[in-house]
Amino acid sequence: MRFHVEARNITKRFGPTTALNNAGIEIAPGQTHALVGRNGAGKSTLVSILTGLQRPDEGEVLFAGEAAPGPADRDAWRRRVACVYQKSTIIPALTVAENLFLNRQGRYVKWRELRSKARDLLATYEVDVDAEALAGDLGVEQRQLVEIARALSFGATFIILDEPTARLDGPAIERLFTRMRALREQGVTMMYISHHLDEVYEICQSVTVFRDARHVMTRPVAELPHDELVSAMTGEATAVAHQTRRRAPGDLVVLEATGLSLRGRYEGVGLSVRAGEVVGLAGSASSGKIGLAETLAGLRKADSGRITVNGRRPKPGDVPAFLAAGLGFVPEDRHHEGFVPLLSVAENSTMPVMRRLGSFGLVSPGRRRTRAKQMIRELDIKTGGPDQPVAELSGGNAQKVVFARALVDDPTALVVMNPTAGVDVKSKQALLGAVEDAVERGAGAVLVSDELDDLRICDRVLVMFHGRIVKDVPRGWTDHELVAVMEGIEQ
Amino acid sequence: MSVKPFYKPDVTPGVHGPKPRLARFRDLTLVPVIVLLLVVGAFTDPVFLTGGNISNILQQQASISLLVLAEAMILIAGKFDLSLESTVGTAPAIAVMLVIPAAAGGFGLGLPGALVIPLALLVGAAIGAFNGFLIIRFQLSAFIVTLAMLIIVHGLLLGPTEGKTLFQLPDSILYLGSVTWLGLPAAIWIAGVLFAVGIFVLGYTRAGRSLYAIGGNADAARAAGIRVHRVLFGVFVIGGMLAALAGILETGRLGAIGSNMGVGWIFMVFAAAVIGGVSMDGGKGTILGALTGVLVIGLVQNILTLKGVSGFWQPVVYGAIILIALMISRIAGGKAQD
Repeated sequence: MRFHVEARNITKRFGPTTALNNAGIEIAPGQTHALVGRNGAGKSTLVSILTGLQRPDEGEVLFAGEAAPGPADRDAWRRRVACVYQKSTIIPALTVAENLFLNRQGRYVKWRELRSKARDLLATYEVDVDAEALAGDLGVEQRQLVEIARALSFGATFIILDEPTARLDGPAIERLFTRMRALREQGVTMMYISHHLDEVYEICQSVTVFRDARHVMTRPVAELPHDELVSAMTGEATAVAHQTRRRAPGDLVVLEATGLSLRGRYEGVGLSVRAGEVVGLAGSASSGKIGLAETLAGLRKADSGRITVNGRRPKPGDVPAFLAAGLGFVPEDRHHEGFVPLLSVAENSTMPVMRRLGSFGLVSPGRRRTRAKQMIRELDIKTGGPDQPVAELSGGNAQKVVFARALVDDPTALVVMNPTAGVDVKSKQALLGAVEDAVERGAGAVLVSDELDDLRICDRVLVMFHGRIVKDVPRGWTDHELVAVMEGIEQ
Repeated sequence: MSVKPFYKPDVTPGVHGPKPRLARFRDLTLVPVIVLLLVVGAFTDPVFLTGGNISNILQQQASISLLVLAEAMILIAGKFDLSLESTVGTAPAIAVMLVIPAAAGGFGLGLPGALVIPLALLVGAAIGAFNGFLIIRFQLSAFIVTLAMLIIVHGLLLGPTEGKTLFQLPDSILYLGSVTWLGLPAAIWIAGVLFAVGIFVLGYTRAGRSLYAIGGNADAARAAGIRVHRVLFGVFVIGGMLAALAGILETGRLGAIGSNMGVGWIFMVFAAAVIGGVSMDGGKGTILGALTGVLVIGLVQNILTLKGVSGFWQPVVYGAIILIALMISRIAGGKAQD
């Protein structure tokens, strides 16, 4: 058996678009093989073909040299390939036990037996989750572990992990990697999809790059320079290492918080952001950094303490008051609070300034288009035009629309949460550049991110640990330094 | 150094301990309401708690409860059916017209009278199958499809009968709705047995659990190998048949098929299902919960009638009761409703 999994000359079209164009992948037994590419490169389509959810128009899939089972034979597929999808396939209203044995309960469900089988399964894979808990009550990490355990319980020795780290924080990612290494030692073959190239170098042995629905290259990771991988993905020979810009923060304080506390989130937090300054907020998922940022943006109300924006004191938890005071923000989850998918790019990006696009409650479509076109140009949003619904844009471009909404009113204070989650390398750069541009125009920004690379643009990084700011780290830190503080290993 | 074992997730879900057992009682959040209504009823009128009155309430609710059973299954599977109430009148009416002579208002086909119940069920199944075809195969919105079908199916009752009430019915269709078994009307037994079957199927069979999976996350259900389309189609067909059976019971109880039979029921059906804890978004709720919803509505109707509340004012009270029951189950259930 040369390859555990092979996909040969796959072509898949959806109407006029070609999602995969004569592309393929070959994965050797026992390897952890990365599949990378920018949004729209065809990675998700390959996943659904390798898991048998879709049939290729042309080409074939082989498992251990044998042809893949027919499309209706789900059980045969599941014995060959397991997948932890990007979109959770857990059913929140059912218990963990039932999720684990979905459609395998037997004709009549014996609940007691089902629960004990579930407990055994969770114990086998060392997943510390209560089998009787409702799946909807689990955190992201636990949900993922349940999905991995379920995937493996079919006896598959090939597992696909589709962006498993997108919604995990640093320590959880480390725990996932430890688990993946253990699985590899047991001989499990894995295909790993991620936007984070450092993860590819950390956990994978070989990598395949897709670009524009085509296979670009497959190489062992060890002998592949970082630059070459990035240029294979983007199709450009330019290095994308972010050029950090130097700037001198002014004296004017644009955003200030004193004595902020919110039960269960953070306690006694104070910070001040000056014009022309980017302040980073780092910490693990339970550090309270998102809760703090949401309070600073007016999305949440603190129990005590006060927030000053531009010398004004907006009513806590009142978003319109914060916006009126000159604050703009990018929410943590763009799908949730970032945009209205069915509305156009123009409507989404000008939403906060509608009042000024016309009088007597009317909105002038002409002025809206003009303003939107300006934002599209400034942020380099790849769209068919201001009238295109945001739902049709790729992740990176949708996030740019969220940025447009935050920046449309030229805010003097900016709160940006996880700006680069689930976007490709090039968009990442553009988004961080947009933050820096705004700051150079005189704004002050707070940047919260789980990605250390994002935080490199910050003039200083405040590290949170268990709801408190434990350290103010100036520019020039190393990953190791920052992580050590975030993990509470050193102060 | 951090000494946490690597495999321990950081956050524990906070649902260890006895909560899963409590979850079973979520079905029963309306029980206090039912008890309250029984107490109120007992103080209102001495007749209320007599066996005769209780059996009367149950018989009146038997046919509507079958619609609630059907709607609860469809809602749990994440779909919607408004047309059930029209099937209640149309299915038995068409079956009867196929059997009775032209002089009595039928089609004059002269089919044997014993066939009337199977024919009615067949008409119900056909309506459900047509709904299922449009919604699942044709991928139309369940709300709009069944809204149109609500109008069409009722029209199929009005058209052939020209709005006249059918009085001359074969004995076979009157039997189930009027006979008494072991001291209770047969309709109560039938509804009781079907609810028991419903509770068992949705709680303890793979087919029943797949409804929850489909309503909770249809993509995940498909990925788990559940034949989503086939199951949904089956649910619509069963729903239509239950509606037809409800019509048969109602026909027997009233002894005639009026052109308005079933009209307006669907609001009560939704109210009963939703206050009984069935989510309009799919994936949540139980048949037992839906049953408690039916009982609440039946008790309220009975108390209002005993109190002599004018029929013109009763809708106001029903509406208010539904809202109050929702608030109580919201407080007892703890979670925000969707």
